[in-house]
Formats: sequence, structure tokens, C-alpha cells
Amino acid sequence: MNVETSSTHAAEVAPPTAVGDVLRCTDLRRSFGAVQAVDAVSFRIHAGETYGLLGPNGAGKTTVISMVSGVLEADSGSVLVDGVEMHPGALTAKAAIGYVPQDVALYPDLTGRENLLFFASLYRIGRRRARSRVAEVLDIVGLTERASDRVETYSGGMKRRLNIAVGLIHRPRLLVLDEPTVGVDPQSRNAILGSVERLSTEGMGVLYTTHYMEEAERLCDRVAIMDLGRLIAEGRPRQLTARLGDSEHIRLTLEGDSTRAVAALRDLPRVTGATATDDAIDVLVPDAESALPQVIQVAAAQGTVRSVSVDEPDLETVFLRLTGKRLRD
Amino acid sequence: MHPSLQIAAKDLRQRARDRSAFLLAIVVPFVLAAVFSLLFGPAATPRAFDYAVVDLDGTAASRAFTVDVLGALQAQGVAEVSEVDEPEARAGVRDGDLDAAFVLPPGFAADVASPRPAELRVIGSADSPTATVVARSVARSYVEGLDAARVAVAAVRAARPALTPAEIERVAQETVHDVSPVVVEDVSATARVLDAKTYFAAAMAVFFLLFTVQFGVSSLIDERGEGTLARLLAAPIRRWEILAGKLLTSVVLGIVSLTVLLVASAAMLGARWGDPLGVGLLVVSGVLAGTGITSVIASLARTSEQAGTWQAVVAVTLGLLGGAFFPVRQAGAVIANLSLVTPHAWFLGGLGDLAGGGGAAGALPSVAVLLGIAAVTTGVALLRIGRTVAP
Repeated sequence: MNVETSSTHAAEVAPPTAVGDVLRCTDLRRSFGAVQAVDAVSFRIHAGETYGLLGPNGAGKTTVISMVSGVLEADSGSVLVDGVEMHPGALTAKAAIGYVPQDVALYPDLTGRENLLFFASLYRIGRRRARSRVAEVLDIVGLTERASDRVETYSGGMKRRLNIAVGLIHRPRLLVLDEPTVGVDPQSRNAILGSVERLSTEGMGVLYTTHYMEEAERLCDRVAIMDLGRLIAEGRPRQLTARLGDSEHIRLTLEGDSTRAVAALRDLPRVTGATATDDAIDVLVPDAESALPQVIQVAAAQGTVRSVSVDEPDLETVFLRLTGKRLRD
Repeated sequence: MHPSLQIAAKDLRQRARDRSAFLLAIVVPFVLAAVFSLLFGPAATPRAFDYAVVDLDGTAASRAFTVDVLGALQAQGVAEVSEVDEPEARAGVRDGDLDAAFVLPPGFAADVASPRPAELRVIGSADSPTATVVARSVARSYVEGLDAARVAVAAVRAARPALTPAEIERVAQETVHDVSPVVVEDVSATARVLDAKTYFAAAMAVFFLLFTVQFGVSSLIDERGEGTLARLLAAPIRRWEILAGKLLTSVVLGIVSLTVLLVASAAMLGARWGDPLGVGLLVVSGVLAGTGITSVIASLARTSEQAGTWQAVVAVTLGLLGGAFFPVRQAGAVIANLSLVTPHAWFLGGLGDLAGGGGAAGALPSVAVLLGIAAVTTGVALLRIGRTVAP
């Protein structure tokens, strides 16, 4: 497995410096018992920038977000939000963050409006101003019509959108979104992604975790790839895929011995990487057209090839190259 | 508004929409109190004994027993007394219409004035042992008084040997009139016992209190499971403010529940509470103690299911020990002593003190103990705040 450290890559792709950091994490570490969930993670986000944390389940993304939001305390390292140090008792730093947890965190027996007003009150927003802000965020997430209905009557996608609206209620400097589109229908997903795009154009910093590479490619100005608690690469999506050079990505569906097929494929001179997942074999080659006949022949020797596709390299391919795993493993 | 108040207001709004909370906090305890009062109230409430007297003597001495002694019992509400003939009395006792009957035979007064033994018969019902024992005791007490009269008559006869038998009988009758009527004193131990309706209403109210207050502080565990606690922790508020909001919810729910139950049971079941200030102090201190106990459970449990199970075990155990299902005096000294560790016993004891007719000061010892339980348990919960209010 090829692993590139974040420090190496951070030197290559420096974030814009015209505006100040809304978030600066330095050497964050956190363990749970013997498990090192987050290990020496450093990154920063500027105002108006959408920053993606990309990684499979268990990579440590949620732990990073919990420390950034002041829900969890780091074992070591520091989190600065708008220049103020974050910790569980840091009220000023917390007031600058809009936290949207991975699971829908709402009160189902309250209406959408009541949920928003309650959380607005915790951010010390006056009653009159809160009502006007509630109307604004309901409009942003497209729930104005259902504001007076109890949340328990909402669809999954609507709950997800309201979940985001709660994070926006106090106009945070930094919006922290932890996998906000998991389990939602395509229509709601588009609405959520559209809302995030709009927010970043309004100058809000966004920390966005996902294991959907297409979301990261669409939304994020920069992404960090995370695995086993570490940042293993960081940069703009195109810069990261460019690091694969002219590689192309062949995906085979094989009915047979994938492990032996991968081993055989790695021995081919035109193959720069090969990985087996549950349902496919991913192969990286400099030139798919010339390598394809030999790749199929070697794979077919270990079973029946059911399908073949050739894709342009994307963040999924980058992750595969760096970790030997797919993002959705 | 303070964040704790915002959290409490939100919780109370949720509870107001939750029918199960309303059922558990008000409807179920009230219905059970009413049912228990109907089932056990008649047996538990003291009633006047039904006595009859058969005066076959018809003299001033026999009338003295009927009017002065039995009349005194009737005046104090201990007995209802009717005058009947002997067959009617025997039939009444046999048929269960009467608890006991007194028979003053012919020649009763003459026997009192003579050296012969005077006879006063008691016909008792086997079905009313207590009433029979009381009747015998009354008769014995009266007869012992007559012994003093005999001594007086003997003394008069010795001093004035010239007196005629009629004069001697007159002296005897006058002396019999001086025999003190029976007096039943209202001793404090009896007065501190709540009547059945009040007892069952109080017992059910305090038993369900531990279930009611859990809707506040134990909802922290629900919020942890549903992810909203993490959201509260990410908001610019302190952990103690979150816990204080939950405690406040418990206290408000407990006070509202107890107040509604007490008022409803007084209006609809005839429960009699004592001094309102004293009752108010007991309600507040009892709710604080219940909230403290629930807080400790919430600080130990990791899941809602775990908290619910522990809550039920603790509530039933404390309820049993504390006299929520039966008066602990009936269970012996060991249980009576164990009951002193429960808020239930002190709450019911305090109400008993108030029922005795004393003012609010009478309930202060119970209030002090309840506040002590509240302080200790809430203190333990606060020490564990890092675990209780954690994602």
C-alpha cells in the first residue's frame, strides 16, 4: 500500500491565504482504549471554503468532527475555531460552529419550527430574530411548507434537511457536516448538496465528511483522504487525481478466485495496481486500450469475467491507489 | 431565558404531548388509589361497633350503665347502642346484625347493694372478636367500679346500722352513679395513622413519583441514544446547565403530578390532607428526593432499557419497603426500620403527622430527611456528570 503523508502533500497544495482560517487543527490525537481513532491529524479551512474529509467507515472522520465541534476532547493537539481554542467548555468557539451530526438529531414529537426555535434559543438568539432566521433556514432547506408538522411525520430526506437547518440556525462561521446524505433519496441528496454549495458561496466555511467520492468532487474545494485515523493525502480533487499520472482504471467483475487473479494481474508489466473488493477487481494501468486484452486474459484464467469497464481516474481511484481499499468497504 | 429553562421548557412540551407520561403520572396512580380504597377501605377504616343492651333490672343502677357508660361510648363514636329485649339481642348477635349485647339481669341493683355477686352478661359474636373484646372490657371496667360502690355501701352500713334496706339501696344507687363513665382517649399513635382513602392516595402518588420524575433526568439517556445530546454538547452551553434543565423538568413534573393527585383524591375520593403548608413542603422535598434517586440511576445506566429496568426495580423495592403497598407497621420491626431509608416512608410518615392535626411544623422532621436524601443522591449524580452528560 502506498501511503503519502499529509505533511508532504500540504507542502504541495497550500490553501488560499487571502482570507483567515475559520478552522485550524494541529496534530490532533484521540484514542478509545487501545484503538487510536485519530492520529496526528492536521488541516485548516478558510472562510468560504468547503473542505472534504474522505474516508471509509471507521477511518476516524466522525471522531475528528466531534473534537472540532467540542463534543469530544482531544487527547492532544489543538483546534482553533476562528482563532479561539476549542474544548468542551469553550462557549465562544462553539457558538461559531454549526454542528450537523451523522444521524438525524432532532426531537420527533416537536414540529420542524419548534426544533429550530429550541436550538436557536441555546445560541442566545432573541425570539423575534430567531423567528425570522427560522424562516430563512427553512427556505434554504426547502421545508417552509412543512414547518408546522411534527418531525415524526417527515420523510427520511426531509429529516436530513431539517438536521442541516438546525446547524445553520445561528449563522455559524463554520458548518460541520458529518455524512449528511447517508440513506437519503436522490432528490433530497441533490437538495442537500445544492444547499451546501449555496452556503459556501455566502462565505461560510464547510467541513464535510463523506465516503461518496462524487459528492466530494462536486462540493469540495479541497479534500483530505483519511484512513485508519490518519490523513494520508490532501489537496484539490483534480490535483489528487492528477497524481495518478496518466493512469486509467479498469474494473472487472469476476466469478472465480479474485485473490489469485489480483496476484496474477500485479505481475503484469502494464499494471501499476490491482485490488480485489467484494464484487469487483480494480486495476490501474497507464493505457487501458493496450493493456485490456492481457488483463482480461489473466483474469479469465481464474474464473469467468462477467463485465469490464474503463473509467477516468477519480478520488475513488486515488483512495484505491493509496490504501488498496475502496472507499465504501 | 437561561439555557436550563429552555431545556426544561422543551422537555415539558414534549411530555405534554406524551400520553404515556400523563397516564403514568396521574391517571394510573389515581385509578389504583380509587380501586384500593374501594377494595380495602371498608376493612381498614375503623367503624362504630353495633351494641345492644338488655335492661331486665330497670333500676337506677342498671340505667346508670346504659346511660352513662354505654352513652359515653356512643357519644365518642365508638359504638352505636340500641335497647332491645333478650331474644332480640341474641338473634341480632347470632345473625351478625349486632357485634355484642350487654344483659343486665333482674335484681342487678339489689345484688350490687348486697354481698352477693352482681352479674353483667356480655353476649359476643364470634365474627366480631374485636367488638366483643371491647364489650367485655367495658363490662369488666364497670364491674370493677361497682366494687368501689360495694365498699362504700358496706362502710355506710357499718357506720349507720339503723338504716333500712330501702335507704341502703338508695345509697348504693347514688354511689353507682358516681362510677366514672368509659372514656376513650385519642392517643397520638392512633391519630398519626392516615385513614384508608388518604393512605392509598398518598401511597400510590409517592410510588408513581419515581416513574414520573424519570421523564426528566432519565431523558438524558434517550437524548444520548437519539444523538440530540451530542447536539446539546456542541451548543454554547455548559454541561451542568444541561443537567440542571433535566433536573428541573423532573421536579416540575413531580410537583405537578403530586399536586394534581392530592387535589383530585381530596375532591373525588374524600382523602383528607392536613395543613396545606406542611403538605406543600412534603411534596417539594419528596419530589427532590425522588429526582435525586432517579439521577443516580441515570448516571449509572448506559441505555434507556437499562435505566428503565433499574428504575422499575428501585421504585418497586423502595415502594414495598416504604409502605406504598401496606402499612409497614404491619410487617414487623425489621421492615419498619428498613423503611426509614426510603423516601416513601418519610413522605407517608410526614402526611401522617399532618393528619394528626398538627401544623406544618409536625412534618418538618420528615421534610428534613427527604431533603437529606435529595442532597446526597443529587450530589452523587453531579459527581458523575462527566459520564451522565456525555455523548
